[in-house]
Amino acid sequence: MIAARFVPVVLAAALALLVGACAAPTSGPAADPTSMVLADGYEPDDLNPLMGYGEEGASKIYDGLTALDAQRQPQPALAAGAPVAAPDGLSWTVPLRQGVTFHDGTAFDAADVVATYRAVLDPAKAATVASGLSMVRDVVAVDPGTVRFDLVRPFLLFPGRLTLPIVPSEAVAAPGPASDMPLGTKPVGTGPYRLVEWRQGSSMVLEANPTHHGGTPAVRRITIVFATDDNTRAQRVAAGEFDGTVLPPALARGIAGQAQGMVLREHSSADYRTITMPFANPVTADPAIRQALNRAVNRQGMIDALLAGQGTPASTPIPPVLPEEVEPAAQFPFDPAAANAVLDAAGWVRGADGVRVRGAQPARFTLMYNPADTVRRDLAQAFASDARAIGVDVRLEGLGWDAIEPRMGTDAVVLGGGNPFDTAFKSWQLLASANAADGFNNPGSYRNAAVDQALGAALAAPDRATRAAELRRFQLAYAADPGMVFLTFLGHSYLTRDRFDGYRPVVEPHTHGTTWGPWWNVERWTPRT
Amino acid sequence: MTTLTTPARRRGREIGILVAWRLGVAVPVVAVVATGVFLLAAWSPFDPIYQYFGAGVFSASDATIANAREQLGLDDSVWSQLGRWSGGVFSGELGQSLSFRQPVSTVIAQRLPWTLLLVTLGLVVAVVLSLVAGVIAAWRQGGWVDRLVTAVGHTLEGLPPFVLALGAIAVFAVAWPVLPVAGLTDAGAAPTVDQVTRHLVLPAVVLGVSQTPWLVLHVRSSLLGALDEDHVTGARSRGLPERVVVLRHALPTALLPFVTVLGNRLPELVTGAVLVETVFSWPGIAAAVVTAALSVDFPLLAALTLLTTAAVLAGALLADVAVLLLDPRVSADG
Repeated sequence: MIAARFVPVVLAAALALLVGACAAPTSGPAADPTSMVLADGYEPDDLNPLMGYGEEGASKIYDGLTALDAQRQPQPALAAGAPVAAPDGLSWTVPLRQGVTFHDGTAFDAADVVATYRAVLDPAKAATVASGLSMVRDVVAVDPGTVRFDLVRPFLLFPGRLTLPIVPSEAVAAPGPASDMPLGTKPVGTGPYRLVEWRQGSSMVLEANPTHHGGTPAVRRITIVFATDDNTRAQRVAAGEFDGTVLPPALARGIAGQAQGMVLREHSSADYRTITMPFANPVTADPAIRQALNRAVNRQGMIDALLAGQGTPASTPIPPVLPEEVEPAAQFPFDPAAANAVLDAAGWVRGADGVRVRGAQPARFTLMYNPADTVRRDLAQAFASDARAIGVDVRLEGLGWDAIEPRMGTDAVVLGGGNPFDTAFKSWQLLASANAADGFNNPGSYRNAAVDQALGAALAAPDRATRAAELRRFQLAYAADPGMVFLTFLGHSYLTRDRFDGYRPVVEPHTHGTTWGPWWNVERWTPRT
Repeated sequence: MTTLTTPARRRGREIGILVAWRLGVAVPVVAVVATGVFLLAAWSPFDPIYQYFGAGVFSASDATIANAREQLGLDDSVWSQLGRWSGGVFSGELGQSLSFRQPVSTVIAQRLPWTLLLVTLGLVVAVVLSLVAGVIAAWRQGGWVDRLVTAVGHTLEGLPPFVLALGAIAVFAVAWPVLPVAGLTDAGAAPTVDQVTRHLVLPAVVLGVSQTPWLVLHVRSSLLGALDEDHVTGARSRGLPERVVVLRHALPTALLPFVTVLGNRLPELVTGAVLVETVFSWPGIAAAVVTAALSVDFPLLAALTLLTTAAVLAGALLADVAVLLLDPRVSADG
């Protein structure tokens, strides 16, 4: 009875809802020329710099002491001038900008810098970025306008490490791990934009900070929509829903023609993809196998077939887009005949099934990859096919990182990473024997005394010329006994709406999200009238 | 007066006993469920440290990772983690969600309203649809409506909600784009009534329709049963119009078991909400269950499971109380 009387009411309500739903759909970016709607395929887990947000700068919400410019050189941001090294290189003094305020209105001074860096160093905070600042012993406030960093060893490119976003000292005062800090979802920085709203899983709205020390950005409002599926995002961009997005290279080229008013931006990167060659595996530990595989892989073929030509062949972790650092003699050509000759000479004989054997040991190993990343999957398959051609049998296994990690010592894995700002440090993390099997650093426990020596010298170099020379020496030492099979540096492809001025091309790190990309300097963009 | 109040008072006492009894049972049930969730999560192959580090894990050293494990207490035994968590719950502290980087209470407060909106509307759609279709089908048993309703009902019964959701998107958002594909609002738009309403239609209707088959078939069969009962035959023989006979005499009897079925369908509704919210990117609490499970987010997962368990127990209790209130013939099972 009650239900029967309820029915008409419910029907009326449902009808009202349907009528309301038929209102004209609104689509397309807001008409306001000073606002921008971007789509991103990756949503940050949180916005806490201690947890890795904006570690390499360009975070929009925060400023570091320094920021990298289009030539990848550190420029003062919250620093008032260039950091100055002590003669022994063991400490750096940084003058601080005066009159800067955080988004919450509090003043910025040396105490905030000290608190931020000490929080990173504090084990109780469990900051995930701690490994990247392992050279810092302590940081002290000399006076409210100056800080001094004390290092455990000289570090030439230390100003480039000072991109870590600075947060208010109050924000990191509470005990407990960094993931518990409110900063993760309610960031307070000094950056050109402040967070207005973050609807997790859906979108984020940034608004220009009128008190930013670099002036109020002309692009007043940035909305970032999280759309994880590449194809869906491409369709929505083609439909004109966004002012820009990141897309896989092939997809970006395909959509560029259809999307009205959009320009294709293709950026080089130092973002390598490499196949590890674990030393605990009798096959991959063999120098001949490593030499042969490096000559057997058709790097340019993979780039053309899998990445729509967007990428650069990689033989070492140093990308060719950094001409001052790269060693031309340390590049592996595609030469299957030479690869076969190397294996023949080392005693690997082809068996009846085409797989080479030496003694009782068949030339066979397992290659793991994370199947969530289609590029890694495709590269793994291409690698296996090229290896097969020279008689090396590569078994593929798609696994989650949890499953991959414990097996990295004996099974190969498709690994990615790299940044163009400090290639020596990245190479040291990846290939120095000091970091053997240390987490995802040097997972195959590659050991090469000449590589260790050259990288150590590059890190401790007193000037850029010495550093570049040591880096070249490292590449030659590595190429003589390669510890991995580097395949490619990925190109990053973006579509942006052609109604803003101020875009500057840049070489990108291995990164996710709209911090880098064409919008890395969006605070200096101006809407075209 | 006394003849009226005494049975009513007895009824009230019966309901009181029922509620007390069910609440008493609920406490151990909830405790067992919470323990089960912790054990299952600990047994799962996922490692929460990857959630904590994100992409940073690839450049972090073993020492940094080991330190984070220690600070987060991830190496402690599942029992001590369970103890720590339940200690917090008793002092009103649900803990910090690792996947959302917010206190669990904040995550729930932000997301629960959207789920309640979706589920309530879905339930309304399901009830209205099943009552209307079920009554018509039983009324004209064997007619074309009856055959259609039965056939569609049985088909939908075997169709998981996410298939229905993807189908609805394909038809109403892609092929014939009258409704938005997913999300709470259009890209970057504020959550205004108009925006949310337009985005709510597809998920709510899909959720409602996916729950309809059991209800509609149930309404149909119990109404068919009721139409055969003596008091309906009596009403017919008194020459009452067919409309009055069906809606006023047969339907009320048929509705009583329907209330119980509705209460017991709540777990299915919750499961349906998980799938529907995931497909439609609806920012509700059900979608958060998936995130929490994949990242072994103990505190959030446990809180959400408890919430679901409580909702299901409460649903069953409410349905039973409603039946007690509506039907004087039913006695409380205690």
